[in-house]
Amino acid sequence: MISPADLVQIPLDDWVNSFVRDFLVPNFRPFFRSLQVPVTVVLGWLDAFFHWLPMLVFTAILTVIADRTAGRGVAIFTLIALVFIDMIGLWAETMTTLSMIITSVFFCAVIGIPIGIWAARSDRVLLVVRPILDIMQTIPSFVYLVPIVMLFGVGMVPGIIATIIFALPPIIRLTNLGIRNVRADLIEAAEAFGSTRSQMLWEVQFPLALRTIMAGLNQTLMLALSMVVIAALIGAGGLGLTVYTGLGRLNVGAATAGGIGIVLLAIILDRITQSLGEKKAVQTPSLWQTLRSMFGLGKPVKEEQAGKAA
Amino acid sequence: MKPKLRVENVYKIFGDNPEQALEGLKEGKSKIEIFEATGQTVGVQDVSFDVGEGEIFVVMGLSGSGKSTLVRTLNGLIAPTYGKILIDDDDVASCSADRLRKVRREKITMVFQHFALFPHKTVADNVAYGLKIKGEGAAERRKKALAALEQVGLAAYADSFPSELSGGMQQRVGLARGLATDPQILLMDEPFGALDPLIRREMQEELLHLQKKLKKTIIFITHDLNEALLLGDKIAIMKDGEFVQVGTAQEIVDNPADEYVAAFVADIDRGRVFDAAHVAERPITVELGEKGAAEKALELMEEHNRNALYVVDKDRIAGLVTYQELAVAAREEGRTDLSEVMVTEVPTVERETPLNELYGAASAGYPIAVADKRGRLAGVIEAQAVFSQLSGDENDETAVPAEDAEARQSASEGDRP
Repeated sequence: MISPADLVQIPLDDWVNSFVRDFLVPNFRPFFRSLQVPVTVVLGWLDAFFHWLPMLVFTAILTVIADRTAGRGVAIFTLIALVFIDMIGLWAETMTTLSMIITSVFFCAVIGIPIGIWAARSDRVLLVVRPILDIMQTIPSFVYLVPIVMLFGVGMVPGIIATIIFALPPIIRLTNLGIRNVRADLIEAAEAFGSTRSQMLWEVQFPLALRTIMAGLNQTLMLALSMVVIAALIGAGGLGLTVYTGLGRLNVGAATAGGIGIVLLAIILDRITQSLGEKKAVQTPSLWQTLRSMFGLGKPVKEEQAGKAA
Repeated sequence: MKPKLRVENVYKIFGDNPEQALEGLKEGKSKIEIFEATGQTVGVQDVSFDVGEGEIFVVMGLSGSGKSTLVRTLNGLIAPTYGKILIDDDDVASCSADRLRKVRREKITMVFQHFALFPHKTVADNVAYGLKIKGEGAAERRKKALAALEQVGLAAYADSFPSELSGGMQQRVGLARGLATDPQILLMDEPFGALDPLIRREMQEELLHLQKKLKKTIIFITHDLNEALLLGDKIAIMKDGEFVQVGTAQEIVDNPADEYVAAFVADIDRGRVFDAAHVAERPITVELGEKGAAEKALELMEEHNRNALYVVDKDRIAGLVTYQELAVAAREEGRTDLSEVMVTEVPTVERETPLNELYGAASAGYPIAVADKRGRLAGVIEAQAVFSQLSGDENDETAVPAEDAEARQSASEGDRP
């Protein structure tokens, strides 16, 4: 049988090889290296902080946060889960993973929310961004591990960069969606009172989209957690590494312990971030007030405003 | 006087080829024909009007008549395809975005049908929105917001969230938000349309009450003719994007321009539209102290075919004599002093009293005295005139239009010193 391959063969792999090896790596390696700097800095701080913080203090803080945001049930779960992780001897790995996750999510938010806002305010931007997001979400993460290793090397930071690429789409999508879904009559009202575009964004669109954006952040966080083991392939440490080495040595026990650690961490973080999003639905105070009440610093919103008025 | 808001030949055509639609309109094609032929939707066609300072201009039309589109062109939320919209000297239709923003911040605000309050802001912050946008300080904003809330009676709810208030209260907040920046023009897009009838009535009265103090220039959109007639100093009836008729409530009810308007007007409570002055006639009177007053009164009544007559004492209403009693007293008993036979407790109304408040007085059968502000007799209303006006029967013998108009004029003259 004749097939198109008999007539023309496309050496796609060679092209990509020569593009990455002969063009990207020699010319842009310093550029990509410099991209690592902020990630390295943030990760360094967080990692040092979480490893410095005594286990009991950390557990106490996270339990209180869980209690304040998600209620007593989640708080009790958090307490037991953290104690359990410590007992199975994975505390240090868990802290490493946590600092990786938080770093990834932080950069996803820093990159993703502005892109989401931009896409929401311009159909043309959305037209460009959307297919890129589709590709990011469908392409298997193993595919971009290779160029990442070639451009960034191996280690924690390249692992985090892979995680960022993997976890970025939902926060962009949901920021865009949240802002686009703000009721048209509210936009009209804001416009009728003479708002500029940036006043419209910060006074009306962003606060009203916050709930959806928080849902996006939650999704991003969950995706980041699911990348933990894959990131370990290129040298990221933590619980992912425990699972990965367990796999390599056919050590079922270690792999299971690492897996349970990841699951417990995921549940705790998921419940806390989810309830942040839901809380916005009931009460709708400003972002700052929410953050304050989240950490239990502020008085209840009403009281605070009455105080301001007086 | 220069109008506050002047709208000149405004068109809004939705679609990418408005020229085609405009041509269709010039050929006299209907909205539907144009849509079928060109795919262009005509929202507003050739609308022009002036609104004077302190006037309430009501645009009334059914859904799809283009009234909401029209009101949105006035503050530039929708840019008109053709035409001019002049607020003072700014043409909202063609000025720069900066200029338009300035006009919106300082001169014109809007109240929305579904309130459009910001759910994440407190009532006070909602009301202060326009002030915040203008860059006023927090303390000043709070002060002005509370003052605006005070006007609508909601100062106590300043720190509640909109979702905690009822529909009527939310719209009061919407109104306060519109008033807080002290604009000259207030656009109200079916503001009471989403409220239940009792609350709606209450809000209408409150708006009229507020307007007496505030004297804003208001453009009010509604689909309810009763509301239009109650609120509007001037009313425009809109259909298929154009004005079918513009006039005062009485003009529209009295002389509907076409069958479309007539069909609306048919169900109207005429008693609320027309006032006493509208049906009053030039009074036929006798002077109390005049010589031969009794005989003169009888002659006048015979001449004009009336059964009662007002007696005045130097412009003041002294009383009422009926033909029957006077005839018996003067012609049979020889008592010619009017003050002995006249009734001094007479039904008196003001010129602005709506007809539906005259039923009681009219049912007594005597003519009703219309008094001006100084208690002088400005006109007289025959009981039949009230009922024939209410029934809308123009050909009724007691209310010949020409006579009617004359009576109205004389009634208004009576007010002049």
